[in-house]
Amino acid sequence: MTLDAVIFQVLAGLATGGIYASLALALVMIYHATHLVNFAQGEMAMFTTYIAWSLINAGMPYWPVFLLTVGIAFILGILIERIVVRPVENAPVLAVVVVFIGLLVILNSVAGWIYSYTIKSFPSPFPRQPILGIHYISAHELGAIGVTLAVLALLYAFFRFTPLGLAMRAAAQNPESSRLVGIRVGWMLALGWGLAASVGAVAGMMVAPVVYLDPNMMSGILLYAFAAALLGGIDSPGGAVLGGFTVGVLENVLGAFVIGNELKLAVALVLIVGVLLVKPSGFFGRVYVTRV
Amino acid sequence: MRARILFLGVLIGVACALPFLVSSYRTFQLTLVLVYAIALLGLNILTGYNGQISLGHGAFYALGAYCAAILIDRAGAPYWAVVPAAGGVCLVAGFLFGLPALRLEGLYLALATFALGVAMPQLLKYHHLEKWTGGVQGIVIAKPEAPFGIPLEADRWLYFFTLGVTLLMFLLGWNLLRGRIGRALVAIRDQHVASEAMGIHNALYKSLAFGVSAMFTGVAGALGALAVQFVAPDSFGVFLSIVFLVGIVVGGLASISGALYGALFIQFIPNIADEISKAAPWAIFGVFMIGFVYLMPTGVAGAIRLLLTRRRAP
Repeated sequence: MTLDAVIFQVLAGLATGGIYASLALALVMIYHATHLVNFAQGEMAMFTTYIAWSLINAGMPYWPVFLLTVGIAFILGILIERIVVRPVENAPVLAVVVVFIGLLVILNSVAGWIYSYTIKSFPSPFPRQPILGIHYISAHELGAIGVTLAVLALLYAFFRFTPLGLAMRAAAQNPESSRLVGIRVGWMLALGWGLAASVGAVAGMMVAPVVYLDPNMMSGILLYAFAAALLGGIDSPGGAVLGGFTVGVLENVLGAFVIGNELKLAVALVLIVGVLLVKPSGFFGRVYVTRV
Repeated sequence: MRARILFLGVLIGVACALPFLVSSYRTFQLTLVLVYAIALLGLNILTGYNGQISLGHGAFYALGAYCAAILIDRAGAPYWAVVPAAGGVCLVAGFLFGLPALRLEGLYLALATFALGVAMPQLLKYHHLEKWTGGVQGIVIAKPEAPFGIPLEADRWLYFFTLGVTLLMFLLGWNLLRGRIGRALVAIRDQHVASEAMGIHNALYKSLAFGVSAMFTGVAGALGALAVQFVAPDSFGVFLSIVFLVGIVVGGLASISGALYGALFIQFIPNIADEISKAAPWAIFGVFMIGFVYLMPTGVAGAIRLLLTRRRAP
């Protein structure tokens, strides 16, 4: 275990961590608005990545496809909220979980149906050779970290400085009062779903060059994103990002030096159960006290 | 009541006659229906009756299947002995997993069990356990032959063996759920504070429910391994857990007969749908899951109950 190897693993961990952070951020956004954990988040990201793949194969250049996919994901997210999730808004938890799992299964099989289950490669927009002569980290990994941070900054600016962002935060925090001051709470939730789907799409397009494109590519990543979101505190966006990077580094370092690559998913399992048992509110989450 | 007993008698009669009327492949499929029915009853005790959502019951099924396969393959145990052994192991494992699960409610328990379901194949592939589990290759086991020179071929004998175990497990489940324990489980699901105030030991009942549920599923896993004659990590992924969830949602939550309807559904619908496309069974499962939650939340069992009460009281 040389220092070189450790640095290498930590940087690689930061790169995958950025992807977990994006997906965790998407989960947190939906949790924050509706107090639901979207089990289909990973499959939504997978599906939009397939759409990007078809657009690229049709001959479009990468960055326009990137933006277009983010837009399509936004619309898809809104549609899913309006059509599938809205009817069970006030249903018991079990019904909601079943609907989300149903959605996961449908998206997974439709992707398999349209695009077949064979593994496809997905292009990266970043150059092949390492930039700036840094040999520890590939250009794609560096780019993925950059894109994650950019998404985070954009979201922060949106929620902090725009009236719409303020309205969305208000709708999440206090739906009744927001309704009284004229905010259309239902639509704010739908917008939240759209944004979350867009963030997930970015994560999907960033991870696809690494894990390759197939309908089941997201199941492991979703698990790490769950772990990241819980670690950061499931209703704290900043916490989700920090959690994502932490989980990425932990996964890589533990996988390389301690437990071996075979048990990487068990890291997520232990983290999820561990955080829920020891500190259910994570690093930055709020502690809720309910009256009996 | 008398009509019910008569109906049950007819049902068992039909179940006994069926394997002689169909091919041995269909008999094998019917065996799997019984296996799934036991597993679904187990999941229903936990999720339907007690309200603890499990998205990882495939893991307990896998544990039962591997217990059976390892005992037969490495220890040379007879096949009838491995079924209760697998049940016992899963009872303990479920109880232990149920203890931390006490602190998790609703969505969080769903998350934790989902993680268990996703991680299970990797744990089974772990190379330090390869000596027992056979790693990625899994374990092949022989199909049990009929004892005492009974003139039955292996498939049919296994069907009757499974039928016997199924009847026993359903009797056990019915006995457990119809009385004090069943009412306590439902009370915890509906109003956990009130049930505590009524003197029900919530923690004990909840972890026991987890253990018993895992035991049912583990017994099903052992029987499933005997029927398929093969266990391998990748047949026990998270999608198996989702299949079980589909089964209890379609069959009917918190209903014993629902387990049977659900089992028929998850066994035969994929066969029919496979002819359309490889992806079709899952698309259909997904649509049925969402559709049942919207339109028929009590499942097939609930719909039948509704029809019967309507006919009785015009």
